[in-house]
Amino acid sequence: MSLNKIFRNTLLVFFASILLSACAVKTTGKMQGDVYTGKDTVEYLASGVPDRVFFATNETVLTTASRETLRKQASWLRKNSKINVVLEGHADERGTREYNLALGERRANAAKDYLMTYGISGNRISVISYGKERPVDSGSNPLAWSKNRRSVTVKAN
Amino acid sequence: MKRIIFLIYICLFIFNWGKAWSLIEVDITRGNLNPLPLAVSPLSVDQNSKEKFKDLLKLEDIGTEISKVVENNLRQSGLFNPLDPKAFLQKPDIAHVKPRFEDWALIKAQALITGEVKIVDEKLRVEFRLWDVLAGKEIMALAFTTVSENWRRVGHIITDKVYQRLTGEKGYFDTRIIYVAEEGLKTSRIKKLAIMDQDGFNTKYLTLGNELVLTPRFNPTNQMVTYLSYFKNLPRVYLLDIETGIQEVVGDFPGMTFAPRFSPDGKKIIMSFAKDGNSDIYTMDLESREVEKITNHPSIDTSPSYSPDGKYICFNSDRSGYQQIYVMRSDGSKVKRISFGNGLYGTPVWSPRGDLIAFTKLHKGKFYIGVMRTDGTGERLLTENYYQEAPSWSPNGRVLIFYRETKSDSAGKGFSAKLWSIDLTGYNERMVKTETDASDPSWSSLLTD
Repeated sequence: MSLNKIFRNTLLVFFASILLSACAVKTTGKMQGDVYTGKDTVEYLASGVPDRVFFATNETVLTTASRETLRKQASWLRKNSKINVVLEGHADERGTREYNLALGERRANAAKDYLMTYGISGNRISVISYGKERPVDSGSNPLAWSKNRRSVTVKAN
Repeated sequence: MKRIIFLIYICLFIFNWGKAWSLIEVDITRGNLNPLPLAVSPLSVDQNSKEKFKDLLKLEDIGTEISKVVENNLRQSGLFNPLDPKAFLQKPDIAHVKPRFEDWALIKAQALITGEVKIVDEKLRVEFRLWDVLAGKEIMALAFTTVSENWRRVGHIITDKVYQRLTGEKGYFDTRIIYVAEEGLKTSRIKKLAIMDQDGFNTKYLTLGNELVLTPRFNPTNQMVTYLSYFKNLPRVYLLDIETGIQEVVGDFPGMTFAPRFSPDGKKIIMSFAKDGNSDIYTMDLESREVEKITNHPSIDTSPSYSPDGKYICFNSDRSGYQQIYVMRSDGSKVKRISFGNGLYGTPVWSPRGDLIAFTKLHKGKFYIGVMRTDGTGERLLTENYYQEAPSWSPNGRVLIFYRETKSDSAGKGFSAKLWSIDLTGYNERMVKTETDASDPSWSSLLTD
């Protein structure tokens, strides 16, 4: 890669990050943008290893915080090589049932892919989507919905 | 559930069937704000038959009960205004033979339904007539025989015949709804398959609630149901024979299958299969078990529904970035997006008449049930609410049934899920009575055609 190109890319990344921080990401209480950042519903696979990651509305992209959580899970799974996990993907109630089933599956797979890039064998991970069928918070408000848009890693054995 | 063998002998006189040109006519293409006033005279029953029906069915007066079924159906349709029987001047048995039209005109009835029920060879035999009060003549007469337990269906069949004679279109009253009965907390809802008559009676539960079940749909003959079950925590499409209760998983897919529907000939099931974060549409031939992949796209493709001629499929995809409605040929070729309005679109379902697609739309935090032409033009939103989705067509394509959920607090207080129906015109929105909370309704075809 030429220096020129590297310079251009760096600039691009720079501007992109300025743009992102300017337009999106408003932090209000337990949400950043509309991604849940609180701990109310979070359980732990082991000390310091949260069991779940949260998503923005209609999104399956892993946030920085989600990736950090999944790296912790991956390192815990590497240390506990006999444990298999089920990734349960969920959606909030603001979508049609069938689409939400697909969305939940896609979210759980986003988490699975990330665990796999951190060295966890796909054989140890299974995926199930519950769509909007199993909310953790029954509330009809943005905070409740943000808690429900999640992928939860559950010990399978 | 045991399917009732239904014997219908359209035996007697079919006077002037389809030929009589009466003055009364009901326009069902517009919202009907002036429903046609008519009188449903209680069917007359002779004393002997009355006693026998009382023993058999525990009904005080079967004639009155059947006429109540008819009256309720007609009222629910929004097109008719059945008059209060207390105002009727003529006795049922005399009215059935020779109505005094002046009496019926006096109470402003424009049409009159009369009839007679009796027991013949241990079976229920009904005869009914439809009269044009203003023209002063009979415009339809029919008789049929059935097992007496089917007495409510007798009321539905009478309604279908009257509806057809007065509107020119087939009815939708002798039909059933399959749906998901819901109970318990929102966070751990118990769901069962349930089936009931279109008017909310004769509810039967087809599963016990041990596993989560979703999205049941009838096959064209109403004997089979395809649905999603989480049996053993493996979400898969199942097939249930309503008569025998036998269930089987559809195909051998290494992942979640969902959003099933039958093809219009009943030979295939079309559904989504999700793998590695991607959902595509597949069909499985129920006889050869052959599986065919219909869409092949890294986006979510789901909620497929065939056109009534089986040549096209509408479906839901987010390949544009958001949920939209697409139409393709049934082999998966010629994919074309048809929804271009503001917001997200889901659950497309092709009308039995072939000309419209009903859908759910999400826009600015509200959910709508709407219809559009199959090329995406002529979008019309019929109803707006906090949450509602999954329309299913009545067999004549005039009414949509769907479900609606209410808001709740974090403890789940305030939450309910109910079935609702609305006319294609956007008028006549009604809650459909169910024993429990309910969702995912699917309308059967006419049981007797």
